Amino acid sequence: MASELNKLTIADASSKLRGREITATQLTRDCLDRIAAAEPRLHAFITVCEREALEQARAADARLAAGNAPALCGIPLGIKDIYATRGIRTTCGSRILETFVPPFDATVIERLRADGAIFVGKTNMDEFAMGSSTENSAFGPTMNPHDIGRVAGGSSGGSAAAVAAYECLGALGTDTGGSIREPASFCGVVGIKPTYSRVSRYGVVAYASSLDQVGPFARSVRDAAIIIRTLAGKDARDSTCSARPVPDYERALTGDVKGLRIGVPREFFVEGMQPEVEKSVRSALKNYESLGASTVEISLPHTGYAIAAYYLVATAEASANLARYDGIRFGLRVNAEDNIALYETTRAHGFGAEVKRRIMLGTFALSAGYYDAYYLKAQKVRTLIRNDFERAFEKCDLIVTPVAPTTAFKIGEKMNEPLTMYLSDIFTISLNLAGLPGMSIPCGHDSNNLPIGMQLIAPPFAEETILRAGDAFERTGAFKPRTPAV
Amino acid sequence: MNREAYEAVIGLEVHTHLLTRSKLFCGCSTTFGAGPNENVCPVCMGMPGVLPVLNRRAVELAIRTGLAAHCAIAPYSIFDRKSYFYPDLPKGYQISQYETPICKGGYIDLPATENGEPRRIRLTRIHIEEDAGKNIHGENASLVDFNRSGVPLIEIVSEPDLRSAEDAGAYLRQLRAILRYVDASDGKMEEGSFRCDCNVSIRKRGAKEYGVRSEIKNLNSFRFVEDAIDYEVGRQIEIVEGGGKVAQETLLWDPARKETRPMRSKEYANDYRYFPEPDLPPLIVPAEMEEKVRASMPELPADRKTRYVRELGLTEYEADVLIADRDVADYFEATLPALKNRKSAANWVMTEVLRVARDSGESFVEAVPPAAEVGALLRMVEGQKISLNAAKTAFAAMVKSGKGAEATIAALGLAQVSDESAIAAACDKVLAAEPEKVAEYRAGRDKLFGFFVGAVMKAMGGKANPKVINDILRAKLTG
Amino acid sequence: MAGTKITLEQVRHVARLARLEWSPEQEERLRADMDEMLAYVDKLNELDTKEVAPTTQVGEAGMPMRDDEVTNRPAAEAMLANAPSSERGYFKVPKIIE
Repeated sequence: MASELNKLTIADASSKLRGREITATQLTRDCLDRIAAAEPRLHAFITVCEREALEQARAADARLAAGNAPALCGIPLGIKDIYATRGIRTTCGSRILETFVPPFDATVIERLRADGAIFVGKTNMDEFAMGSSTENSAFGPTMNPHDIGRVAGGSSGGSAAAVAAYECLGALGTDTGGSIREPASFCGVVGIKPTYSRVSRYGVVAYASSLDQVGPFARSVRDAAIIIRTLAGKDARDSTCSARPVPDYERALTGDVKGLRIGVPREFFVEGMQPEVEKSVRSALKNYESLGASTVEISLPHTGYAIAAYYLVATAEASANLARYDGIRFGLRVNAEDNIALYETTRAHGFGAEVKRRIMLGTFALSAGYYDAYYLKAQKVRTLIRNDFERAFEKCDLIVTPVAPTTAFKIGEKMNEPLTMYLSDIFTISLNLAGLPGMSIPCGHDSNNLPIGMQLIAPPFAEETILRAGDAFERTGAFKPRTPAV
Repeated sequence: MNREAYEAVIGLEVHTHLLTRSKLFCGCSTTFGAGPNENVCPVCMGMPGVLPVLNRRAVELAIRTGLAAHCAIAPYSIFDRKSYFYPDLPKGYQISQYETPICKGGYIDLPATENGEPRRIRLTRIHIEEDAGKNIHGENASLVDFNRSGVPLIEIVSEPDLRSAEDAGAYLRQLRAILRYVDASDGKMEEGSFRCDCNVSIRKRGAKEYGVRSEIKNLNSFRFVEDAIDYEVGRQIEIVEGGGKVAQETLLWDPARKETRPMRSKEYANDYRYFPEPDLPPLIVPAEMEEKVRASMPELPADRKTRYVRELGLTEYEADVLIADRDVADYFEATLPALKNRKSAANWVMTEVLRVARDSGESFVEAVPPAAEVGALLRMVEGQKISLNAAKTAFAAMVKSGKGAEATIAALGLAQVSDESAIAAACDKVLAAEPEKVAEYRAGRDKLFGFFVGAVMKAMGGKANPKVINDILRAKLTG
Repeated sequence: MAGTKITLEQVRHVARLARLEWSPEQEERLRADMDEMLAYVDKLNELDTKEVAPTTQVGEAGMPMRDDEVTNRPAAEAMLANAPSSERGYFKVPKIIE
């Protein structure tokens, strides 16, 4: 019985659900069947929540029958395993949280539940969101649905792969340095990192608090807009969360980009980039011009310093954020005679190599005698990077760049070279330092049939500009994403 | 050992709980005495993904304390993370304030004592931070309770302006009085809401530079602070006199052995890696907020003292005793309405009332009869309805029974008789029974007057108004 | 990049601060990795930042504050449910030496 409702977009599924053409239970069942079939090759999920998902589906069907259900009611989603989900284990891709079952929901989980969304499972990720390939998951890597010999990107690789492979209709990821945009690009789906503070971080396991941001994956810009409408907005439990009113993002999707000024930063088209990536992005820019937008070359002169600044800021914050994993109140404990030994062995066994490496770097950057040279220096450079964007946005409304210098790389290719791995975030990382919104949208394929992503960047809180431009590009039909091999 | 040749240099870091209903960053109760881990939630347990949200009242109380101690209130301050590992510290860092405390500078004035002039002790800073949980040490294991985790604290840091254990005690008492005046703290030491770290060094009297200091951690009563400083100053003098050098170290006070000893755990000799807390935006205190808090401030001890001396005619000493504790001063003022003699009320509170409070072992408010009742009692003395002795008897009874002044006077029959005809009748009786003494008195033996008063009082069962007796007797004997 | 940004001794000190245990073989590899990263981040020193203020947050200004109200009910059992070791409502740890 190949109804394949799991291949619907959220917008289509939602209208069919509300029109009583299909039920949430059927839709969820199709997703779960697809998960059962694809997971042995993909490993997009750490935990599949079949029982809970079907329960949620029944409740959603009752609500849909009553009428007036929200757009996300009955829509099956994948949830990155970084979100606290009450009663469902939340591992963050780590041994140290392998058995942790939160007694509370993250704010965005609460909001999705309130809308009647269905959680089919918790998706795979780099441990504590530290990585660009999902190979740092303690539970094994996620494979790219377009080529299972390649990575899905990271850290939200499980969410990106699950959406690309039709295991769910949309998913939540988090983005600290590109962790939504890079896997979206590698897997050929839409991924949005909203403005810092636009979405509550409460209940999202912290990696680097001043950089982390919540966002959706979807198979269309419209679907992504539907999800962030529910996610965004003030939260009394997150002091850094903005109180600005949330626009109806779907209404921004007018298809009209006439007069839009698009900035193209010269620093983002560099030597060593895969030529097909540049070609696809340049061709998309031509499409925008044909729609009545203009392009202008801009400069973001401090782009080359972003990775260095990021790795000091992010690891410093992480070194404190991850101090709570001590084997006392929750998570893994390796017993020892005294408390110091207990901490040291628990943390040595519970954390993977990359996490420990970053904790070490961050601890060093904050330690006595090195704070000014490393941590403080990085925060000053952060100001310069922020100023670059501020100046650039005097000349344009939107910036368009590639998401990553290459398409998905091979599994294992960069695992022994941390710095090379870090460099794959070169185009995404500066947005996190500046707090800006960014979206990855598929714009082409390379000769291996691997997806290429284009990044749209806007000033703070201008998500509507990004969505409008992304949707307009989709409407041109200039590029049609291919169905993944898996 | 020549102790006199040396001078101690002492600075105190006082941590005190703020009197809020809920914790600093979450909605858990701060109530003392709950079952283990009852007043905890994901936030104060440091569960993955949780975030802090600041309690406004805690900020107001810190500002009130700062204003009372003449500090400058920072219009912009930030919170920082202080990192160290300890089982009672859930997040592996404490949210505190490092480079930008909410209050800077300031001072606390110590009153004059028998031995010395009034003194001004400068403050370095006051900052807000969260408390850690509590460890209970067993034979083979320790148990951790996080009820205290996240309870708001302020840390009040003094300059090294204190010169003796007595100084430190006086400073702490004055500080506690201020904290209680502004409702920042209840000053209940027994519930661990007060902790003090002492930095102690010595130097030759007259020397300018400081000696090497030791730090005595976690003293939780005024008594321990004074004892520990006394001991530590003596220990350091002995070392120096013996030709040795004082080591810079962290010490603990052992109250049973009455000595300091080095702390064994390495946790405290740490590199705290302070950095700005990314989960909390900067704390902005606009001028309007500072003014609003200032307007809500109660009268402070120093102002109260001035008023007592200038307007109520009390001596400086009397005023000092009364203002030392806000409850006592409030009590004193509550006895005043409708009293003419403020001084007698002051004396009464300082002697009778404070004695009862001292002897009871309970808190002042719990131990003493309502101020209005004591006021009523004193009003009766003033109106000559009872004698001073009767008032004392009645007061003692009121403490025991909890009954009001009127009821007690009535029950004990302590009301004074001022009825002139009854007193005149008693006088006649006494004079008629003692014709010889009457003759002697009239012949010039004035001293006998007291004898007649006593005899009349005795005949009246001790309840007659002595002034009326005097007047009537004098009239009859000279008449 | 001669590998002199951080010594083995410093690596061990940082490991103690971070409460991470490393085997001797791991230590050398870690030192090399950290050294490479520190050499890389050295490029920040090409920039003159004397007059630049640090950016520690990119959110909007102002601290929201909550009213002083108790909103949580006691839930000791739920809070202890994930404890690796507990006793009589307490979290249990090896004996703490002060």
